Order: sequence, then C-alpha cells, then structure tokens
Amino acid sequence: MVDVRHVSPKAGDTLVMVGTMKGAFVFRSSAARSRWERGGPYFPGQAVYAMAYDGRAGRRRLWAGSENFHFGPAVRSSDDFGKTWSKEEEGAIRFPEDTGATMKRVWQIAPGRAEEPEVLYAGVEPAALFESRDGGKKWSLVRGLWDHPHRPQWQPGGGGMCLHTVLLDPARRNRIHVAVSTAGVYRTDDGGRSWRTAHKGVRAQFLPDKYPEFGQCVHKIARHPSRPDRIYLQNHWGLYRTDDAGDSWTDVANGVPSDFGFGMAVHPHDPDTAYIVPLESDEFRCTPEGRLRVYRTRDAGKSWQPMTRGLPQKDALETVLRDALATDGHEKAGVYFGTRSGKLFASRDSGTSWTQVANGLPPVVCVKTALVAKGRGKT
Amino acid sequence: MKVTFRIPGPLLSFTGGRHVVEAEATPEGAVLTVADALGQLWRLYPGLRERVLTEQGQVRPHVNVFVGSDSIRDTGGLTTPVADRAEIAIIPAVSGGAL
Repeated sequence: MVDVRHVSPKAGDTLVMVGTMKGAFVFRSSAARSRWERGGPYFPGQAVYAMAYDGRAGRRRLWAGSENFHFGPAVRSSDDFGKTWSKEEEGAIRFPEDTGATMKRVWQIAPGRAEEPEVLYAGVEPAALFESRDGGKKWSLVRGLWDHPHRPQWQPGGGGMCLHTVLLDPARRNRIHVAVSTAGVYRTDDGGRSWRTAHKGVRAQFLPDKYPEFGQCVHKIARHPSRPDRIYLQNHWGLYRTDDAGDSWTDVANGVPSDFGFGMAVHPHDPDTAYIVPLESDEFRCTPEGRLRVYRTRDAGKSWQPMTRGLPQKDALETVLRDALATDGHEKAGVYFGTRSGKLFASRDSGTSWTQVANGLPPVVCVKTALVAKGRGKT
Repeated sequence: MKVTFRIPGPLLSFTGGRHVVEAEATPEGAVLTVADALGQLWRLYPGLRERVLTEQGQVRPHVNVFVGSDSIRDTGGLTTPVADRAEIAIIPAVSGGAL
C-alpha cells in the first residue's frame, strides 16, 4: 500500500504544492520556512501537471489536475489540504461534441482575480482555455481562442500541444495572456472573445522563418502583478522581456550559460527580479557543466547572476521543467524548484542560498506556493 | 438480457468495490451491442463512463474492452454484438502506466 501522509496547515503557514509524474505532494512549513512536513502522495501513479491554491472568499482550497494514464484526466479539489478530494466526475473539463476534441491533460489551473472569486481558468491539452464562473463546478471552452484561425496550424512541442500558462492582468480585467507550445503568446483585451498574437520579436530558432507570425515555442511566461505590462519569457532558445504587455519583446539573455530552459518565476515584490534555470541545448536539456544553478536578475534582465550556495555544483545533470519553479509571497521571498530527478529545493532569502527539502520524489512537473490565510471552511 | 461486467482495480471506487457487476441490458436496436450493455453500466455507476470513454464517446486509447476473450477493437468496437449472459471485461492496456 502507498504510505500517504497528510499535513494540517495553520493560518500563516507556507505551502509548496508539488505535482509529479506519479502523484501530488503538499509540503508545509511555518512562515520561517526552516522545516518542512510532507503530505501525499495524492493520486499515486497519476501524473499531476497542474496544481493551484485558491484562497479567495475565505477558501483554503487545493486544486490538482490528475491524469490516469489509462482512464484519463480529472480536475480535483480539496478543502482539507489533501485529506479528501472531490470525485473525478465532479467539475470535469470536457470538450464540446462539435469540437471533436478529447481532453488529454490539464496543464494549468489559474484562480481568477480576487474580485471575481468564483472564476477559474484552466489551460489544457490539446491547447485550449477553459473558464469556470461557479468556482469550478462547471467549465466552458473559451471559444474565441479555440476558433482562432491559427489554431488548426499549431504544432505540438516535445511536451505535447499544450496551453501551459495563463496570466490574468491584475489591472485590466479583460486582458489575459496565454502561452501555448508550440504557438506562442496570445492576448485577449476583451475577456476572451478575441485573441491576437503577442510575441513580436521572439525568435523561432527552430524554423526557417525566424520571426514567424506564430509558431514560437514559448516554454514559460511570468509577470509581476505590480507592473502588469512587464512579462518575462523563456522560449525554446531565447530569453525575453516585454514592457508593453507583449507588443514587443527584447532579448535579455545577458550572461547566461544557455538561453534554453523551461522554468521561470518573478520575485513577489520586485518586478526587476526574476529567476530561471538555464539548460544546455534542446537535445541534452540538462544543467550546463553538471552544475545546478538558478540564475537571478535584479535589473530586469540586463544581467543575470548564478545562485549556487547550497546547490550541487558537481555531477548535477538536472532538468527543471516549465512549471517547476515558483516564488512565494513572503517579504523575504521564498524561491522553490523541483527537478526531473525528484529533488525539491527551497530558498528563503530570495534565491541567494538553498536547501534541499526533498529527494527521491517522482519526476517533478509543477511547483506552486501559497500562504495559508485564516479560513472559513473546514480544515 | 443478462450481462456480467468485470471491473478493473483502478475503477473499483466507482462501483463500491465490486469487481463483478451483473446487469440486465436492453438492446437499442435489433441486437444488443457493447454500447447498449455499457450504457446500462453507466446508468448504475455514472462516473464510470468518463473513465472508459472519452467525452466524444470513444473507448480511451489505453483501455481494452473484451467480450469473452475477444477485444472489441477486432470485432467492431462499440457496435460489437453481445449475446445473453456474455461477460464484458474492462482492462487497462499494458501499453502504459506511470512512467
């Protein structure tokens, strides 16, 4: 039998939710973030590419996109930090019959803005955006994106034909950015009815036309809420920043050992600070020189510095996937990442020094964080 | 017509732990088909449908459905005829699992 443990977080605690190829884990610590307890594995044997925490309207709800290899995907929620989960048939995301499409995987679950606490978004494979307006009970396909004339020509990347990132603009309620591999960044300014590309200047190294209308293989985009027009982008080759919400992008691969990588995160309080884990080439896809280094910029990409303290600097051929790098909301920011070899690392000083929180997990595919507020629900 | 279903371990949570489910199935047309028989199973345990079939009504690619010892992939899919007292087994394919 699988030994499943549980955690019982209190208000003020920090959660790190870790989705792996064989289940979900929930790590809990006090705000000090010096000792971590592990809950899980939940959905053992199932890939969990998406996790999220919804703390709106007094909830303390975990979300997970579980995927049974044989019996298909499901969206699950828990109001008791993983002790019990909603049933598979509740809140299912289904493609409408006329699309002929079949849900393969949930890549991203994004709670809506604070002022719309019943709204959630989900990015899925095949690449599509779904929206719920009742707290996740029912989901509907965002037709404006599905019907985009580019969509039939989108091509799957190595990870599949996925819509993997959803960024809601905190200032403009009708603006959403999504990132699709391999299609690029698309933006709506009218709440999802119409979409246009927002990746001008992002180079497609792997295509004959290096600056195509679409077809960029965007691995991750990350934004800081206090400066919503600034977004960082990790491409399949290429590291970029926009300061105009994606109308134009500037190459910011300054002083990194490779501009290939997947994960990317922004500091919770400083829009000039971002994190990446460069990987060597799109064939090898491991940390260069066997050194596990998080690169941090504090000047919006003008320069990047390697963060190595506490990270293995010898024989560390690691891979950090696109959703496996995250920051928390603490004043002294926590930074977290998981590796394909099942290690989880944490920093509680904005990335300067690191400790290993877990080893021997299944391959990590997503890392998400939350600060637990006082809840109104059962715990 | 009577049909017996064999339910695999990962789906027992839907059937209250029952490995074997017996059901009385009625044909939609002239002949009882696998689709008719499964329809009765979904009525008994609604959550099962989505685990075995996609939302478009096709058997999931890594799930095999057998009537007796024959995979319905070789016998006409969901339109395969089912005789009275047939045994229908839902079995995960060996093509995958947690990698």
